Amino acid sequence: MAAEGKATIDALHQFELVPALGEFGQTYMFSQSNLFMAIAVLVITFLMVAGMMRGAIVPGRLQALAETSYEFVHNMVVGQVGDEGKRYFPFVFCLFMFVLVGNMLGLIPYAFTFTSHIAVTFGLAALVFIVVTIVGLVIHGTHFFGYFFPEGAPKVLAPVIIPIEIISYLSRPISLSVRLFANMVAGHVMLIVFATFVVMIGSLGTIGYVGAVLPLAMNVALVGFELLVAFLQAYVFAILTSIYLHDAVHLH
Amino acid sequence: MGLNERDGFEQRLRDARAKQGLDKPPVPRGSRPAGSWGVGFRAGIEVVSALVVGVAIGVGLDRWLGTWPWLFLVFFVAGSVAGVLNVYRMFSPPKRRID
Repeated sequence: MAAEGKATIDALHQFELVPALGEFGQTYMFSQSNLFMAIAVLVITFLMVAGMMRGAIVPGRLQALAETSYEFVHNMVVGQVGDEGKRYFPFVFCLFMFVLVGNMLGLIPYAFTFTSHIAVTFGLAALVFIVVTIVGLVIHGTHFFGYFFPEGAPKVLAPVIIPIEIISYLSRPISLSVRLFANMVAGHVMLIVFATFVVMIGSLGTIGYVGAVLPLAMNVALVGFELLVAFLQAYVFAILTSIYLHDAVHLH
Repeated sequence: MGLNERDGFEQRLRDARAKQGLDKPPVPRGSRPAGSWGVGFRAGIEVVSALVVGVAIGVGLDRWLGTWPWLFLVFFVAGSVAGVLNVYRMFSPPKRRID
C-alpha cells in the first residue's frame, strides 16, 4: 500500500513474485512462493512426525490433529474409490495436506499464498490428470479408452460422443486448477480491498475512525470466511482427485 | 473393532451416539458441502473449462490443417456440449456404486 494519506487500492501487488532469502534467492531464482512451499512441506512433516512421536492412546492436541487429518483423507479415499483405493491414499493425502497448508499459510499476515498462482495449481492438477490416466491405463489397458464411449450407445453417434467425452475429460485439469486458483485470488483481493478501505477512510479524521469500523468488521468476517474457503478448496481438490481415481479404477 | 465387539461395546456406543444425534447420516456420494454460490461457481468453471479445451483443440487443428474457421466452429459446439455434460454429471445421481 502507498504512503499514509494517499492509499491506493493495489490489489494484485501481493501476488508478485520476488526473490526470497536475499543473495541466495537472487542467485537461484528462489522466490517467496518456493519458500512457502518449502515451509508448507516442513509444517506437514513436523505435524506428522512430531504429532505421532509419542503415539499415546489418549492423543494430545498435535497427535489428535495428525490422526484426524489422516482419518479424514483415508475415509474420503476409501469412501470414493472403494477398498482398492487404499493404495492411492498417500498420493491424495500429500495433495490434500499441501493444498490445505498452503491455503492456511497464506492467511497469515505477510505470508504468501502459493496456491494463488495458476502455474502452481495447474501443475498440481496436471499431476492428478497424468496419474489418473496412467492408473486407468495400467489397470484396464486399452479397455480404458472405452471410457470415452458409454456402453449401449448407438454406434452411429460415436463421432459425436467421442470428441465430446474427450473434451470433457481434458477439461478436468483446467476446472480443477482454475477453481482453486480463482478462489484464492478472489479471497485475497477482497481482503486487501477492504483493508485498504480501512486505511483510506481512517485517514479522514475523527469521522473516519468511526467509519473505518465497518470495513474493518467486514475484514474480520472475511478472514473467517477465508479460513472456510481454504479448507473447502483443499477438500474439493482432494475429493475430485478421489472421484477421478474412482473413474479410472472402475471405469464409470 | 474385534476386541470391543465381543461385549457389544461398539453396538452400545453406536446406540448412545445415535441417541445424542452425534452420528450424522452418511453423506451421499458425490455431494459436497457448498452453498448455492459455490455450486453456481463450480458449474460456471465446468462450462468455461470445457469450452476452453474445445476452442483450443479447434483452433489448434485449424492452424495445423489450414481449415479456419470450420474445425473451430465444430469444436466450439462440442466444447459447449461437453460443458453442459460436465454440469449434468455434477448433479446426476451417483449410480456407480452398483458395480
